[in-house]
Amino acid sequence: MFFLLASIVKIVVVFTVLMVSVAMLTLAERRICAFMQDRLGPNRVGPFGLLQPAADGLKNIFKEETYPAQADFWLFVLAPAVSFIPALLTFAVIPFASPLPTPWGQVPMVVADLPIGFLYILAIGSLGVYGIVLAGWSSNNKYALLGGLRASAQMISYEIAMGMSAVAVLLLAGNVTLSDVIARQSTSLATWNVFPLFLAFFVFLVAAFAETNRLPFDLPEAEGELIAGYHTEYSSMKFSMFYIAEYSNMVTASALMVTLFFGGWDIPFTSWDNVGPFTIWKTLATLAAFAVKTGFFLFFFIWVRWTLPRFRYDQLMALGWKVMLPTAILYVTLTATAVWLLHTVLGWPYGTNFALALTGLNVVLAGVLFWVLDDGRIIAGTGEPRRAA
Amino acid sequence: MAIGVKVLKRPTAQTNYLRATLKGLALTFSHMFRPKVTMQYPEQRATDDWAIASRWRGTHRMLTDEQGRAKCVACGLCPQICPANCIKLVPGEDENGNRYPLIYEIDEFRCVFCGYCQEVCPEEAIHVGVHYENAEYSRDRFVYDLERLCAQTHPVSTLWDPADPRGE
Repeated sequence: MFFLLASIVKIVVVFTVLMVSVAMLTLAERRICAFMQDRLGPNRVGPFGLLQPAADGLKNIFKEETYPAQADFWLFVLAPAVSFIPALLTFAVIPFASPLPTPWGQVPMVVADLPIGFLYILAIGSLGVYGIVLAGWSSNNKYALLGGLRASAQMISYEIAMGMSAVAVLLLAGNVTLSDVIARQSTSLATWNVFPLFLAFFVFLVAAFAETNRLPFDLPEAEGELIAGYHTEYSSMKFSMFYIAEYSNMVTASALMVTLFFGGWDIPFTSWDNVGPFTIWKTLATLAAFAVKTGFFLFFFIWVRWTLPRFRYDQLMALGWKVMLPTAILYVTLTATAVWLLHTVLGWPYGTNFALALTGLNVVLAGVLFWVLDDGRIIAGTGEPRRAA
Repeated sequence: MAIGVKVLKRPTAQTNYLRATLKGLALTFSHMFRPKVTMQYPEQRATDDWAIASRWRGTHRMLTDEQGRAKCVACGLCPQICPANCIKLVPGEDENGNRYPLIYEIDEFRCVFCGYCQEVCPEEAIHVGVHYENAEYSRDRFVYDLERLCAQTHPVSTLWDPADPRGE
């Protein structure tokens, strides 16, 4: 009974916080973009323009809904929901603070502490693309269809690299439960997975951009060629739903990167936060740590968007299949070998030294990868071998 | 490339996009803290490096003499030269034989703001103004009559002077 009640409270709170942060993100995107372009951005509605999302939402609700004459009506209506719901569902398994003690027992600060945490994210995360494909197909519009097709191809290409890079994390954690992944990382700063598994983080970061359809990978809605891509035919709240889905995907991807690679709610340089007895202050402090880290990645998403131009389609595919996938597979192999050497042959327990050894390996590998990547032969030449001049 | 896109052979220095990405990120980040160029319009109407030009041709203004009467002598040159045919002038004559406009109306919607009326006016009475905030609630408010033209207070245009083409 208490579990049910606590879960409902958590669902309501997490949903609210997520929706508010999505609203704030739309404003943050516009204002940060403006600042990067030496403008001020929307600052008229409310203090610092904070009520702008509310105004936008109101506007979208009152706008006319249009249905294309040749559209597949039910799929057309279904598509925004299909892309919106998985975007919210994914957040359910991400732990966002240390457990909260209550008079009725300890409440884990995660909506659902699923034992299959990460697999759940992979499963639900890839459902999101159905919404985009359905939207593209049901609109009966060539631009929308192309956008949807691009989204599905892109999603498939980068999902593999993303999963592969996460395998390395799961290797270290020995478990797919996200709270265990966090517990593994909380020993010291060196055990934050970003250090021992730097390359996995790099691949995951790039794949996360592709998965959330953010620039430089926003080909499904490339306005220069596809008008607005898969949501060309949508108006009013349905269009807004796609927007909300994109931003909640961004929040989830950021939270996931924090969880997998940056110690989740762990506060660096201290260990008082990961051991009992848990108090409400610890919960709040760790929640703040989690929010700061996630906020940084959200800023990073926006920052990159207003810096980089969009990839050409063949470049996107070349990067996915010829760089990210081989890197991820090779990396998993090497990491597995290293872990086997350190753990089974040398018999080290997992800890700071173990992590530092892996960090050393990563520095070498990253050096090699970046040296190859930096000479744009893979992307710029699009696979044609470079002939000697 | 299968579809025959021409691939340029660029030197490595131009294709090292990893470094270029980092450079770009640093640049956009530094721009966040630079002074902004936005002019916050209704509160701020001119900045140090932006003000409306003195040669701007906006809505008209009729200059008046010391007694507050319009300088216009109803010679009829401005309706004659007006390419948009937007000036309506009905001349009148007082007991001393001085001509004055009985009706002088300019349809600002029809006007193309060429400034010929100002150029042709022998009395320097009608002018185009340095002014751009003309919003009204109804269309007929855009036909300015003589009283309204005289009541305008904005500066008048200097127009383009062929002897001083750059406005120095």
